[in-house]
Amino acid sequence: MPVTVKTFGSSGEAAAALSADRNARYLGGGTLVMRALNEGDISISTIVRASDHAMTRIEATGARITLGAGVTYARILAERDLAFLHSPARSIGGPAVRNMGTVGGNLFAPNPYGDFTVAMLALDAVVSVQGGLGSREVPIEEFLQSRDRQTGTLVLAISFAKPGSPDAFHYRKIARIKPKGGAVITLAAHLPMNGSRIVGARVALGSMAPTPIRARAAERALEGRSLDASTINAAAAVAVEGTTPGDNALASAWYRREIVGVHLKRLLSGQE
Amino acid sequence: MAKTPLQFRHNGRDVAIFVDGGTNLLVALRELIGDMTPKFGCGQGGCGTCSVLIDGELHLSCLTLAETVAGRSIETLDGIKDGPNLHPLQRAFADNFAAQCGYCTPGMLMAAKALLDRNPQPSRAEVIEAISGNICRCTGYEPIINAVLAAASGGRARA
Repeated sequence: MPVTVKTFGSSGEAAAALSADRNARYLGGGTLVMRALNEGDISISTIVRASDHAMTRIEATGARITLGAGVTYARILAERDLAFLHSPARSIGGPAVRNMGTVGGNLFAPNPYGDFTVAMLALDAVVSVQGGLGSREVPIEEFLQSRDRQTGTLVLAISFAKPGSPDAFHYRKIARIKPKGGAVITLAAHLPMNGSRIVGARVALGSMAPTPIRARAAERALEGRSLDASTINAAAAVAVEGTTPGDNALASAWYRREIVGVHLKRLLSGQE
Repeated sequence: MAKTPLQFRHNGRDVAIFVDGGTNLLVALRELIGDMTPKFGCGQGGCGTCSVLIDGELHLSCLTLAETVAGRSIETLDGIKDGPNLHPLQRAFADNFAAQCGYCTPGMLMAAKALLDRNPQPSRAEVIEAISGNICRCTGYEPIINAVLAAASGGRARA
């Protein structure tokens, strides 16, 4: 069924069009919205686009990194200042999907996708959104909790503090097909060190709940401690707490619960 | 609903068509321009057989809104041969028995071309990465990888 396509020069106009029509969807890279249209999703009657250059900007030189919502994974992989994000970017799709898919769209990608968002959650990112009432900054965790109600808001950018040390950021996607495939689970951890102690531990999990979630029990087990074998074991033992994984063709909920601690232990101890 | 006029370059030739809102590039190429080389596989971005180059970059035409390619240059498998002469990648695919049923071949060739245009001497691992978004359900990956490597080395080596 034909849909109406509306293209705007500014993100503000696009946001207004998006919030005015509950059957409108914003088209970024197309890997979610075009897929829905190809499947005959009749809930979409209008496609909104913005050709605003601000939405494809990367600011990566300073202490705070900002990625425009329309930044693709291929562009992240081409950016030397974002080397710590190359692992999550490379874990997504094949080259064509990485040329198309965007970090803003990834915030909406359902399981078993949305791997980049897991990395963003571990980095305590802030999502800049523009709704009918103007723009605001939303902590990523809050954004994800209300994701189903966010279709009327336009994501402009995502920003986060650059890890003080690239060694402090850890990421791994567990997939059955290599190098490409949907996630069994996805793990990301940011463990900033103050001397020998972890301060501000963040552990994020994908495919362990309807949206990426933080593993708070594991974070508590890591906080204030040194990253040694007993700390890692303690974090791995509680990684499953608070998770509500589902069954899909890639793995059962039971299997995900069984392996999440194993993979967190491997991630934090640098094992293959 | 009114159709939208759309102009772009298709294999070096300017084309002008009218598209319905929401039409994807694959449908535009096959049904409106008559270029049957990109195939419809899954319509979900999972199989890669609809792959085309947009301004030299590999894209999935089934997930590309046709209107977004206005003024851009699209290259499909139909455009890579030189008159009656096959492209070196096509020649290598034939010589290395890289096509079984052939349904994935258009996407494989475009993914391989995107790689070789950037990196004329790829490693085996780089070839595997380059075609990782393309599924061959005959599971004939080894001859495909060998064909890409053979094309990269000018057809001399049977890697």
